[in-house]
Amino acid sequence: MSAETFRIGFVPLVDAALPILAHELGFAAAEGVRIELVRDVTWATVRDRLLYGHTDAAHLVAPLAIATALGRDRPAVALTVPFVLGLNGNAITFSTALGEACGLGESLGDPVVLGAALKEVAAQRLAAGRPLRFGVVHRYSSHNYMLRYWLAGVGIRPDADVAITVTSPTFAADALAAGEVDGICVGEPWNAIAVDRGVGRIALATAQIWRRGVEKVLALRSDTAAERPEALTALLRALHAAAEYFVRPDTAQDSAALLARPEYCDAPVEAILRAITDRIRVNPGSAPIAYPDFMFQYREAANFPWRSQAAWLYAQMVRWDGLRFSAADAATAQSVFRPDLYRAALAGSGAPLPNASSKLEGALDAPIGAGSTQGRLLLGQDRFFDGRAFDPDDIAGYLAQLP
Amino acid sequence: MRIAIIDTSTTRAAIISEGLRDAGLVDLVVIDPAGPLVAQVEASAPEVVLINLENPSRDLLEDFFAMSRALARPIAMFVDQSDAQTTMAAVDAGVSAYVVDGLAKQRIKPVLDLAIRRFQAFSRLQTELAEAKSALADRQTIDRAKAILMKRRGLDEPAAYALLRGHAMKSNRRIAEVAEAIVTSEALMGDLP
Repeated sequence: MSAETFRIGFVPLVDAALPILAHELGFAAAEGVRIELVRDVTWATVRDRLLYGHTDAAHLVAPLAIATALGRDRPAVALTVPFVLGLNGNAITFSTALGEACGLGESLGDPVVLGAALKEVAAQRLAAGRPLRFGVVHRYSSHNYMLRYWLAGVGIRPDADVAITVTSPTFAADALAAGEVDGICVGEPWNAIAVDRGVGRIALATAQIWRRGVEKVLALRSDTAAERPEALTALLRALHAAAEYFVRPDTAQDSAALLARPEYCDAPVEAILRAITDRIRVNPGSAPIAYPDFMFQYREAANFPWRSQAAWLYAQMVRWDGLRFSAADAATAQSVFRPDLYRAALAGSGAPLPNASSKLEGALDAPIGAGSTQGRLLLGQDRFFDGRAFDPDDIAGYLAQLP
Repeated sequence: MRIAIIDTSTTRAAIISEGLRDAGLVDLVVIDPAGPLVAQVEASAPEVVLINLENPSRDLLEDFFAMSRALARPIAMFVDQSDAQTTMAAVDAGVSAYVVDGLAKQRIKPVLDLAIRRFQAFSRLQTELAEAKSALADRQTIDRAKAILMKRRGLDEPAAYALLRGHAMKSNRRIAEVAEAIVTSEALMGDLP
């Protein structure tokens, strides 16, 4: 029995939904695997439990999987990502005061217009010796990279014009309330909770920065993945079934109630339900706005681990850690994402399987049919807010043209 | 060798510092969990940092270490295979450690081993305390149930206890559980004739 059990570490967030649903609703049992969930409030602890064998797999911020495989700040450990747990689903929430200073209205901001307003406030605060501070959930998180991509793109230099610090998602609303930070970039339900508590207002969804940004992944140590191929296949099929269920409109209420439980997110059902149904309440008391691109857990083969996504994250790591581009590191980073394992596990299921393992990121203006070996694959608009596209075969060239 | 201790439990922090002091490691800084973490760590310039694994500030701390421009920049300790056992023991005990690069391993290992033992001792203490609390609560419940039986059935104390015990044995339950049921039903229906 123990061979079929996966202990999976997670941080209380809406996008930990798939392993939780797979466990609670019998999708895992149907595939002959057992899931035990291990909850932690920091990514460092989720990572350590994975590296030292407390867990077999983890719900992980994608860049941390790559940083671990590259040995950033510690000896490298080979990791395998066979499944993406979701795209986007994060937001940038300003303190009430910063929201007012930037003229936030009753809807989500426009990244360019809001960026210009923020640039002025940031300059004033810098001149006053109190630079704006933003909290992100981890140094190696998509949140950090999305926030920095946006700031740099509107002419605000991260680390020079504003400070970026780290705050655990469950404490992000507290940090905002205490005035420790002026803005946060975190996953749901923690933005919704900050708004509902009246301590902040949502400025942007990160999907407005990159329409189809890779978010959490399922990560395993590569030795575990190699030793247990059949059990891993069963786990991926269970997660796929959970994803299909999760995006059905008629299941949203049940999923929200499940995720709200104390052993999972320990958060209000209503805040979680809004995230699942792509609705965002930007201001305390105002009506939620529907934003269909908010988060993707299933459609458009959202769970497929595109190697180009890993390449983009590596490029951001080079950019913000001040590294020198290395073709060898780029190859290592891309080899963390394993489309081959995804295809092998889901062959014969209803899942569309892309032909390619890599694609241009941010090059689609409208939905387009893409080549697939199984099923019909449709990819949606995936632009970055500044219109740049990313070619995984020319990372150095891409880095050279970034601000 | 300066050691900083960061723990959400001030009791456990005290237990660990006491152990380190007894072992002759007296250059200790206990970080106040209510104060600003990074400023305290920065000011104390530790060579070894011990932090409880479940501390919500671990991501912040690692970010600070990564950003720190100081020469003595702590990194996660014992992550290579040769020390896998110690590291696993540490993770099992719930402690995580960071050490400045280049500090001799033979100097650090005793510190971590001691921290592991103290963390384990603390967990044992907590378990014992929880058990003692629950034993006390059980005894109080049993005393109340006995009093109810004595009053309702006109029994003396040994007879009331024998009744409780006999019923527990027959129904394969703990005496405290039977007592709890009696106390609950008395609270709900005690005023009925």
